[in-house]
Amino acid sequence: MVAFNPGIRWDRVVIVDATAADASRQSAPKPGRSLHRFANPGRFLRLSGAVLPWLAAAGMVLTAIGLIWGLWFAPADWQQGDAVRIMYVHVPAAWLASAGYFALALCSVLSLVWRHPLADLAAVEIGPVGAGFTALCLLTGSIWGKPMWGAWWVWDARLTSVLVLFFLYLGHIALVRAFDDPVRGYRAGAILALVGVVNLPIIKFSVDWWNTLHQPATISFTGAPTMYVGMLWPLLFAAVGYTLVFAAIVVARTRAAVMERRIRALLMARADEAAA
Amino acid sequence: MTHLPYVVAAYLLGVLIPGTFAAAAFIRMRTARLRLAAIDWRRRTR
Repeated sequence: MVAFNPGIRWDRVVIVDATAADASRQSAPKPGRSLHRFANPGRFLRLSGAVLPWLAAAGMVLTAIGLIWGLWFAPADWQQGDAVRIMYVHVPAAWLASAGYFALALCSVLSLVWRHPLADLAAVEIGPVGAGFTALCLLTGSIWGKPMWGAWWVWDARLTSVLVLFFLYLGHIALVRAFDDPVRGYRAGAILALVGVVNLPIIKFSVDWWNTLHQPATISFTGAPTMYVGMLWPLLFAAVGYTLVFAAIVVARTRAAVMERRIRALLMARADEAAA
Repeated sequence: MTHLPYVVAAYLLGVLIPGTFAAAAFIRMRTARLRLAAIDWRRRTR
């Protein structure tokens, strides 16, 4: 019998007889409220298939509203002029660079502690998307820096820590693909992701700990924003929109990875049958 | 508008980078779905 057991890895098709199936049932985590109920590939594909179109549509609409509002209807800044409009791309990209890495670290914990099989796949798929948004953050920051600071790049604590984040993403992408046995790649990638998570508070507080050229935070969870509300709303729309787009891309890539794994498993099972 | 080339460049990147990732993800997902439908006997018998 070919079984996709949520308590074990999907990397190999497991051929089990009735006794082995009973044994694996005993060792597998209990179904129900456990996170492992989402480890069933069929259930994940059904749920994500229902959510993905709404996620993608909402993300694209909100991003479009935020960007158009920011480009044409939001006021220019009295000091920066229209260069402030770059912030409607740069700030969401910066937020997603850090949030994406946090999600990567969360998946790594789920993978290392609970051996959640979907977490491995999600971590592999988050890496390139997070690297892409970090590159977008660095590029748009550089484009803003040239007219405002007179330089494309300065070795400022905030900029340098985000560059380190970009290299951490690249390291993770390379590491998870560097082993013949994918499980070893997932383990090594998860450890790297957890070590690299120390960089997130450094990025956040770099503008407070060091005397940086980069300005301190203008929006915080604890205090009122220090920016004009006519600029805040398009920024929030763009941030929420880009976040939903990021989530939609990761879900789509994870769905593709689950299906590709199932294809490999079916082909291997078919080859085994042909050989027998 | 001041700094127009910089603003246009930033917005182009802001659309192109996520757009490329989104298009690649949806093409990859569609390819996998079609390939799986072609070889999965459980789907073909439904």
